[in-house]
Amino acid sequence: MHEWALAEAIVSAASEIAEKERLKEITHVTIKIGELQQVDQDILKFALSQLKTAKLKKAKFNIETEKAKLKCRFCGHNWAFEEEKLDETASEAIHFVPEIAHTYIKCPKCGSPDFEILEGRGVVLQSVKGAKQP
Amino acid sequence: MTDPRTSIMNERMKGIRKIIAVSSGKGGVGKSLIASTLALILASKGHKVGLFDIDFTSPSTHTILGIRGIRPKEEEGIIPPEVHGLKYMSITYYSGDHASPLRGQDVSNALIELLAITKWGNLDYLILDMPPGIGDATLDLIRLIEHTKFLIVTTPSQLAFETVKKLASLLKELKIPIVGIIENMMMDNSRTIQQQARKIGLNYLAEIPYDPKVEEAIGNTDKLLKTAIARKIEEIVSKI
Repeated sequence: MHEWALAEAIVSAASEIAEKERLKEITHVTIKIGELQQVDQDILKFALSQLKTAKLKKAKFNIETEKAKLKCRFCGHNWAFEEEKLDETASEAIHFVPEIAHTYIKCPKCGSPDFEILEGRGVVLQSVKGAKQP
Repeated sequence: MTDPRTSIMNERMKGIRKIIAVSSGKGGVGKSLIASTLALILASKGHKVGLFDIDFTSPSTHTILGIRGIRPKEEEGIIPPEVHGLKYMSITYYSGDHASPLRGQDVSNALIELLAITKWGNLDYLILDMPPGIGDATLDLIRLIEHTKFLIVTTPSQLAFETVKKLASLLKELKIPIVGIIENMMMDNSRTIQQQARKIGLNYLAEIPYDPKVEEAIGNTDKLLKTAIARKIEEIVSKI
């Protein structure tokens, strides 16, 4: 996913949570990003700093990357995602739409494209903390 | 634990006046041809139109429209390229000619990803070419995108219409608006499907005769706009 679009989504989701939980300001936001997303953390942090709303002014963003683990549905083999083995076209395509991994990655043992992404996919807003409204 | 992508989707779609999901109960009824032609005709009338191919495992609108060798621009998101007067989005920008063997959860994730990153801007119509049936993409669209209306395509086959009944009944139950139904590939003047459609409260919009020449129009939008499909859609476009 594109870093700026992702930053906008994070700010929007964190603001929704703050509203629901009646937070007057947000102090900490923890985000878990799957390795398959291949997000550039520096660009994401910069985008977040630019998109901060008033409620997020003092917020610290903690970004964790989750390693991608894949499991073949055909032969049961487990393996780790290795971006360096992909060519530029495949790598860029997976960056935008991680499910495209099924187009370019095959099980290293049996060659099947039918694998499960056990970990390391998606973006999760793990926690939004802050001071409650009196 | 929240998926932040779902928070931004309706924001991304807020500049779109009408979202029409061209859908069917089963495959092979001409849904993609009708979606592509409808988008072209709306654009030819001066409307701002987007076409999004959501049939991720079997995309075909790029072939129908003869789109090759282009990629979307990145500008703090993805800007769909303008082709034949349409803002066009398809997973084939990323998968190329390769197969995309996606299971249900993957289809769901890819749809959420693309809805969260694609910046359509202001549009009068966004036409969605749906995968057939009541699968993940249809259910996600209903769950996540407000104000989507469905346009259902069938053929004179009772087999196709039986699946339409299930789709229509689900949409009605969920209070999702149905613009109407189009009967495609008609070989005679039978009124059977028309009567059955009306019986279940569907707005029967058009009957499109089977046109053997439509195959020659694949990949050529000028020829496509001269087909029987285009002529019939032209007649009903104001009702959509």
